[in-house]
Amino acid sequence: MAAVSLTVNGKPVTADVDPRTLLVQLLREHLRLTGTHVGCDTSQCGACVVHVNGKATKSCTVLALQLEGANVLTIEGLAAADGPLHPMQEAFRENHGLQCGYCTPGMIMTAVDIVRRKGNDLDDHTIREELEGNICRCTGYHNIVKAIAAGARAMRGSGATSRAAE
Amino acid sequence: MSVTGIGAAVRRKEDRRFITGTGHYTDDINRPGQASIYFIRSPHAHAKIKKIDTHEAARMPGVAGVFTGEQFAQDKLGNLICGWTVLSKDGSPMKMAPHAALAAGKANHVGDAVAVVIADTLAQAKDAAEKVVVDYEPLPAVVDPAKAAAKGAPLIHESAPNNTIYNWHLGDADATNAALKNAKHVTTLEFINNRLVPNAMEPRAALAEYDAASGSLTLWNATQNPHVARLVIAAFVGMAPENKLRVIAPDVGGGFGSKIFIYPEEVVCLWAARKVGRPVKWTAERSESFITDAHGRDHVTKAQMAFDGEGKITGLKVHTTANLGAYMSTFSSAVPTFLYATLLSGQYEIPHIYCEVDAVYTNTVPVDAYRGAGRPEATFVVERLVEAGARELGVDPAVLRQKNFVKKFPYQTSVASLYDAGDYHASLAKALEIHDYKGFAKRKRESERNGKLRGIGFATYIEACGVAPSALVGQLGAGVGLWESAEVRVNPTGSVEVLTGCHQHGQGHETTFAQLVADRLGLSIDQVNVLHGDTDTVQFGMGTYGSRSGAVGMSAIVKALDKVEAKAKKIAAHLLEAAEGDIVFKDGKFTVAGTDKSAAWGEVALGAYVAHKFPTSEIEPGLKEGAFYDPTNFTFPAGCHICEVEIDPETGEATVVSWTAVDDFGTVINPMIVEGQVHGGVAQGVGQALLEHTVYDDKGQLVSGSYMDYAMPRADNLPSFHVDTTVTKCPSNPLGIKGCGEAGAIAAPAAVMNAITNALGTELIDMPATAPAIWAVLHKANKMPRAA
Amino acid sequence: MYAFTFHRPQTLRQAASLLAKNEEAKLLAGGHSLLPTMKLRLAGPPQLIDLSLVEGLAGIEQSGRSLTIGAMTRHNDVNTSPVAQQAIPALAKVAGMIGDPAVRHMGTIGGSIANNDPNADYPAVCLGLGATIITNKRRIKADDFFTGMFSTALEPAEIITKVSFPIPKKAAYQKFRNQASRFALVGVFVSKRGSEIRVAVTGAGSNGVFRVTSFEEALKKRFSPKSLEGMSIPADGMNSDIHGSAEYRAHLVGVLARRAVAEAIGKSAA
Ligand SMILES: Cc1cc2nc3c(=O)[nH]c(=O)nc-3n(C[C@H](O)[C@H](O)[C@H](O)COP(=O)(O)OP(=O)(O)OC[C@H]3O[C@@H](n4cnc5c(N)ncnc54)[C@H](O)[C@@H]3O)c2cc1C
Ligand code: FES
Ligand code: FES
Repeated sequence: MAAVSLTVNGKPVTADVDPRTLLVQLLREHLRLTGTHVGCDTSQCGACVVHVNGKATKSCTVLALQLEGANVLTIEGLAAADGPLHPMQEAFRENHGLQCGYCTPGMIMTAVDIVRRKGNDLDDHTIREELEGNICRCTGYHNIVKAIAAGARAMRGSGATSRAAE
Repeated sequence: MSVTGIGAAVRRKEDRRFITGTGHYTDDINRPGQASIYFIRSPHAHAKIKKIDTHEAARMPGVAGVFTGEQFAQDKLGNLICGWTVLSKDGSPMKMAPHAALAAGKANHVGDAVAVVIADTLAQAKDAAEKVVVDYEPLPAVVDPAKAAAKGAPLIHESAPNNTIYNWHLGDADATNAALKNAKHVTTLEFINNRLVPNAMEPRAALAEYDAASGSLTLWNATQNPHVARLVIAAFVGMAPENKLRVIAPDVGGGFGSKIFIYPEEVVCLWAARKVGRPVKWTAERSESFITDAHGRDHVTKAQMAFDGEGKITGLKVHTTANLGAYMSTFSSAVPTFLYATLLSGQYEIPHIYCEVDAVYTNTVPVDAYRGAGRPEATFVVERLVEAGARELGVDPAVLRQKNFVKKFPYQTSVASLYDAGDYHASLAKALEIHDYKGFAKRKRESERNGKLRGIGFATYIEACGVAPSALVGQLGAGVGLWESAEVRVNPTGSVEVLTGCHQHGQGHETTFAQLVADRLGLSIDQVNVLHGDTDTVQFGMGTYGSRSGAVGMSAIVKALDKVEAKAKKIAAHLLEAAEGDIVFKDGKFTVAGTDKSAAWGEVALGAYVAHKFPTSEIEPGLKEGAFYDPTNFTFPAGCHICEVEIDPETGEATVVSWTAVDDFGTVINPMIVEGQVHGGVAQGVGQALLEHTVYDDKGQLVSGSYMDYAMPRADNLPSFHVDTTVTKCPSNPLGIKGCGEAGAIAAPAAVMNAITNALGTELIDMPATAPAIWAVLHKANKMPRAA
Repeated sequence: MYAFTFHRPQTLRQAASLLAKNEEAKLLAGGHSLLPTMKLRLAGPPQLIDLSLVEGLAGIEQSGRSLTIGAMTRHNDVNTSPVAQQAIPALAKVAGMIGDPAVRHMGTIGGSIANNDPNADYPAVCLGLGATIITNKRRIKADDFFTGMFSTALEPAEIITKVSFPIPKKAAYQKFRNQASRFALVGVFVSKRGSEIRVAVTGAGSNGVFRVTSFEEALKKRFSPKSLEGMSIPADGMNSDIHGSAEYRAHLVGVLARRAVAEAIGKSAA
């Protein structure tokens, strides 16, 4: 076992883990933050995407021990529990960007990261290319693309970004 | 139409939990003392299991138990079953071979589970599993359905000679042969409907808990139909009496058919939980899903379509070999028969149809229903033949279709289906208009200028949904009735709980069912909660598949609502001191006709529970009604999809550049959700046509066993879609709903392949039309443009 | 995953000595090749030596006519680096074509090159630009570094510290993706620096990344797609699998080389 200390959704966390613990296991099994999902074992589906130090990261492909001192943001921390939804969450709902909801947390975390890197005006082509690492089996992506474009626009001026990036 | 009523694009009630990461999928649930289970699976497609040594594994750290198929057999539990009996031509029943949840004696496909390890953590279970020594004697395997019944092929099950499950047929062979003989023109095609891996993004999962005090078992399971799971596990496997087994299907992350079936893993988890006296959890890893989730399709077909001198279709003859894999999965027998051959008339008047289906075992993962289930295969046969026929006859494919469309309803096809309503001309015309069909020639020239090939393809599909009238499916061999149940529970304050036997895993029932109830009772949708997926709270139900939840599940709710309204009127009559016959219920208000005396919904609900103002000897207190609805017919959604592709002849890469879908789903409750269903279905169909390639080598190893080798459609593989509807109401249910869940997946493969073959100028290419496959066709035909 | 112990050395020397002491130990860079194989229990190093705290391993700088990139520099940082974009735009662009955005946030150039996946992009860039791989022990020319699929000239306990790229006059990369993995089914990098022409191919060869001398000779006469017209390479020695036959891969090498040259000289191919 080895100790690791990091910040998750703004709160300091210390855990004693088997070195082979992945970040996603730390989140789901130790911290019971089950909004981050696992959809594959080849690091390709993106259901597990969270932000590590403000950047979209596949939590199934990072060891917890690699994250000593890191700042991790998960879907549960994107908006304050009692506050309004993040504009990107709102956009997914408004545009029916989800069906079964399994890919959704990873999609939303990826989407917020796209906006951070590419700005608030996103054309369909850019969004589709940027989603290479996120697989959805339900929606055919049509409404996810719409949601991300709308969410990106809504993030302008709302002051909302990824908290960990600030 | 009110803002939340029928027909309104209401935003989904269930979304809040999914977008905030607070949904509850099976793997999110943990029970005190829970252990992890790991399945040891055969690495061979076909092998004798000579001996399993578990001694060392049992002593590894954290291990709570190691069990083998032999031990499972000793506990005298029953087999998994296929619940739909199909008879061969000669009247003999299908050859259903035994399927134990843990294989003993012989493994029949790569992934067949032979033993399990239960330990404190999954890592420990895996560590211990490496110490389990299984002594296999590999046997020759058969993988190709076309070779399974051949002389000398390895025999998989003693009880199924020639690996043949049934030789089934439907239709009039003589009349069809005569039609072919007398035809002016016959179009013949052979095709493979490629095997698909369903790949719901949430892997299957099961968590089983045994309560020794009550002797009861609880199973949390990523399933589309908890009640049927409970029935099969109780009645056939004999794990526990039905009343001692509770099955909960919490949030489920997509199904597409693959989570309808009763699988070995949930059975073994229940068994193991009782054995080790701890809750036991299993969640598939994706590579495990690839070798255990029931696959879809896998047909080899030869088909001929006969035309007369006017371009009228006079006959259709089809022979299909269907690969059902190593065991018969829960509904596998029905898919290539009753869900397939009965749709071979498409949208057309075809006087004579004859279809033969040979179903075979192979050493591959079992094959069962996958989005569309039989109907995409039928549509592919009919629509590819019509398109190819039009090309051979030199007729515009849209015109040939129009010429042959069914025009008068009801229409009795020559393959048992009775089409109740539709307007195929309307959907085709609207699609041609939206797609700018007329502009295709110009677009093609533009593509050519850029060195690209362009093609356009249609699919005017039909499907049978709303499964299904119980007596009819009973005659066809189904082991269950396919009605649906509902209970409407009105609370004293007027809010409502709806309990449905349907299950949602992406379809948005919590919203659409609430819309229906709110609309009827004059409530806001927030006052209506939809409960589903727990055998302890919900009355028996048949689950969700076959686009049945709208047509059948909502009809059951309507029936229950009728009863609620009738009773509420009685109570209102007493409250308002009027005759029951004078009470009118509208917009959430009970009014005495011709007066301004009225009582609000909430007052009547409260009155029902207070029970002061009516004689309880005549009217029972309370307001709660249940209903079971059995449909009178299948429903027949239909529509027209048009696909346009562009091909880079140098690389062979095909890109879908535009898509138009005009569907007739009857009444639409929530157009936003319906459009989403079409998008998702089309994406899966495009995936089948262009990307998804399930490859077994001849030893039975699944070569495309992960996302590294199995291409899932991604956002950049697809365009945005133009989706629209036309409406003819379905006469066989009270709401006029036909169902929309599968249409996209049914129409899309044919539309894409019609477009590809149009661009290539040859019919000779199978799905998936990957870049190398298209290049090979062009290369062989020496159609390669000179390098620029 | 199999159990392992985890080390986080602060200096290169500590990392090297840990590696020297434990024969089966593995360096961990971005982990985006190593961890997936460990998760599937295809690799089980008893020790992992995480390089992320080792100082001086990340960074991009131009000095004179070469661009140097630290081994621990992430794909995304190369892709968005103004220095890299200015010096060798084709290289910055390739970094943005590797995997998906999340992969690019973690994956490193050192890890990619050390791994030498036969379908990876960076090996083609290194070979196609004539890079020098710098380790804690020596400098190795790209031509000598990649020795076959998943194999390199690295010795046990040798750590890549930087990669140095001579700045070409013209360069471009064309990648044709495997639709499942999104790695290169075939990728071709071309460059021209003075009279030196390089054409490097990834994905196609059954022995990893390689140069196409016949194309290089042809391009020496004139650096134009026309010079490659009608040319292809023999299918012998090409990979053949469910994603494409050897013939197809050989054919794509020709197509992509022409398109890359066209891109390098600022023309559209086709
Ligand atoms: C979903 C996905 C998609 C991908 N797509 C692509 C793609 O399209 N193209 C592509 O090229 N790659 C792709 N990759 C691979 C990705 O680029 C990897 O990040 C990269 O190949 C390895 O870099 P790493 O830093 O992650 O190395 P690690 O995984 O940490 O290490 C890889 C190997 O290199 C060794 N190593 C690492 N650093 C050093 C060093 N400094 N000196 C010596 N040895 C070292 C390690 O011991 C290990 O054996 C993809 C990966 C994933 C998960
Ligand atoms: S679970 Fe992380 S990418 Fe699939
Ligand atoms: S919404 Fe189900 S996988 Fe995306």
